Amino acid sequence: MEIPAVRNVTESYHIRRSSRRIQDKVTIVLFLAPAFILFLAFLVYPILRSVYFSMFDWNGLGPAVDYVGLDNFKDILTDTVFMRAVGNCLLIVVLSLGIQLPLALALAIMVGRDLPGRAFFRLIFFMPYVLSEVITGIIWMGLFNADPSRGLVNALLVLIPGVKPQGFLSDINQVMGVIFVVLTWKFFGLHMLLYLAGLQNIPREIEEAALIDGANRWQLIQNVTIPLLSSTIRTTILLSVLGSLTQFGLVWTMTGGGPVNASEFMATYMYRFAFKRFLLGYGSAVALVMLLICLTFSVAYMRLARQEDYQVSW
Amino acid sequence: MRTLARPLFVLMILATLLAIASCAAPTAPPAPPPQVVQQTVVVPQTVAVPQTVAVPQTVVVPATPAPAKKVEVNWWHISTKDPGLTYWQKLADDYMATHPNVTIKITVLENEAFKTKLTTVMQSGSPPDIFQSWGGGTMVEQAKAGLLKDITANMDDAWKGSFAPGALAVYSYQGKQYGVPWDMGMVGWWYNKDLFAKAGIDKTPTTWTEFLAAVKKLKAAGITPIALGEKDSWTGMHIWSYLATRIGGQAAFEAALNRKGSFADPPFVQAGEKLKELIALDPFQPGYLGATHDEMQATFGNGKAAMELSGQWAPSVESANAADKKGVANLGMFNFPAVEGGAGAVTDVVGGGNGFAIGKNAPPEAIDFAKYLTTASAQSQMASLAMGIPVVKGSEVGLKDPNMVEVQKAFAAAKYFQLYYDQFLPSAVGDAINASVQTIFAGTATPQQAAQAIEDAAKKNMK
Repeated sequence: MEIPAVRNVTESYHIRRSSRRIQDKVTIVLFLAPAFILFLAFLVYPILRSVYFSMFDWNGLGPAVDYVGLDNFKDILTDTVFMRAVGNCLLIVVLSLGIQLPLALALAIMVGRDLPGRAFFRLIFFMPYVLSEVITGIIWMGLFNADPSRGLVNALLVLIPGVKPQGFLSDINQVMGVIFVVLTWKFFGLHMLLYLAGLQNIPREIEEAALIDGANRWQLIQNVTIPLLSSTIRTTILLSVLGSLTQFGLVWTMTGGGPVNASEFMATYMYRFAFKRFLLGYGSAVALVMLLICLTFSVAYMRLARQEDYQVSW
Repeated sequence: MRTLARPLFVLMILATLLAIASCAAPTAPPAPPPQVVQQTVVVPQTVAVPQTVAVPQTVVVPATPAPAKKVEVNWWHISTKDPGLTYWQKLADDYMATHPNVTIKITVLENEAFKTKLTTVMQSGSPPDIFQSWGGGTMVEQAKAGLLKDITANMDDAWKGSFAPGALAVYSYQGKQYGVPWDMGMVGWWYNKDLFAKAGIDKTPTTWTEFLAAVKKLKAAGITPIALGEKDSWTGMHIWSYLATRIGGQAAFEAALNRKGSFADPPFVQAGEKLKELIALDPFQPGYLGATHDEMQATFGNGKAAMELSGQWAPSVESANAADKKGVANLGMFNFPAVEGGAGAVTDVVGGGNGFAIGKNAPPEAIDFAKYLTTASAQSQMASLAMGIPVVKGSEVGLKDPNMVEVQKAFAAAKYFQLYYDQFLPSAVGDAINASVQTIFAGTATPQQAAQAIEDAAKKNMK
């Protein structure tokens, strides 16, 4: 942000001011440098390398020599498997926004205030988030094993008369549902925590005032809590969408994108081409397409939904 | 507003950090968990060999005079379980005992993790000195990129002549040798004799029709006919590649390979159609599309399925994965049945084996150690542990396990030996075959479409 220059001042003040200004600039540069260098080395440079490699047919061994221009991008955008991966990512985005976030919000409101033993519930709900994605994946793979003698869920299902064991992760039609359940289990705790933090900042007085005015519980939530939480909600939406678009660890562990691409995500697709087929040029191109999608969303979202925040708190 | 702003600020910083973390994901994907077992050998003499693994103490160690300068040899292998784990350790210990200047650093990695980690070090241009290899297309790509050491000159006639020529050839490219084999075998149908008897099958099938009839009989007896782990798509690919071999024979595959023919030619489409005949009988354990290779071995090893199409490693791996660690009591193997009217013979085999490639920076000691790993006595020990089929002449005597003898006989009888398709071809084509065959299993593509998908990948990546 530019600070408007101050006119009509004495010369000595001017000199003092300009030396001060140089000092300020040095400080700014010094403080920004470490972060900026890391940013360049670990984000900008790899992205530029990806841009370069994305124009080659390259297997990762030796230098890239087989220049193919934009063919990789053309192939990606015409590949039905990639389109399926995009579709799956969007499905998870929609389900997360429609089910996972409201669930997290409801739980946050429940355990945030009056529930007895709320500290216990907070801990329990947040715990899945602390586990690594791989461990989570392996646990749920065990639970959802298709063989009733190995998987707990099926073992319970077969106790119900007339119910057959389900394929779950090995069933093309069920796999996305199972993955969504696991993703929800894993990540709703994070969103709940963010909502809890937001709830702490809603002054009691406002709620009390609303109650005195005769609002019931539901009206209170609708007209006081949710509007005051709106900036937190916007943050969680951003996190949730970006997380869904770039999801990798859990899906790769549980299904590897299978069976037969039924649970392919953009990141698993990229990994398969880059590190299974060793088409690193193609993989780089996929990474760039992902980056573009995420970036477009982030920028558009920041512009549209978050402007208000900047005006209020900055 | 002030009170609200501060926690919000913290929250937003947190959010930004997380957003950056998630944005960074596309450029740097987290690798799957490498199950690394790092073994650092401290004092070779004190390493105890567990009593369960009987390793004969008759290793002939060539003594080297005069202590030379200290050398470290990095060795990556993939035998994460016994007997292999102890066997390799013992060989390294014995070698270090007689070569005090050499330290052998072993890294044991699980199969899939190995491939991932190897790729990473390959890209940085520093491969391990000795590492697991299956030869074929992947090795050729590594050799072309100059990441492997040409050891042709280091191989004297005695060492070279000790190998079965076919096995050695898998590790050479354009007349240059880049590694050595230690095991070479074949894929076949492993079956549980007790379950076959229970279903009233008194003779192993030799034709596809008989095979399908046997599957029906097993189904009728309430036994799951075949264990399959199609999450690791290569397990099912072998059924298809064998069918293609039986229908089209050597000629069809070589035509496709030389790009004179195509993977969309009739034999490859028919292979898919025959596979569909089998799938239509629903012969696999429930959930096989999501099962791994280990789970397939466990299903078979626990006696829950009558057959599995697997390589020479099947007896040791099915028992290691079985609940009782013993596995199938009455195990047998038969060749993949012939397809009526097909060009391929019932004796043709698809197979492959294990070997060690030598990295480009390997010191001479690494090559000497590779030689030590493939002596007849080491190979004979390996054979006696039923880890695989030895490739060094004179070590077959160590082969005691009747199943291994059976594999070795079938292997020796083959006139046409084909290295696994997914290993022989460049990895881009190999994985396309695996993925396309999987679509036949799931019924999401017709045999024609699957063959065409393979051909598309071949056209692009085999120039």
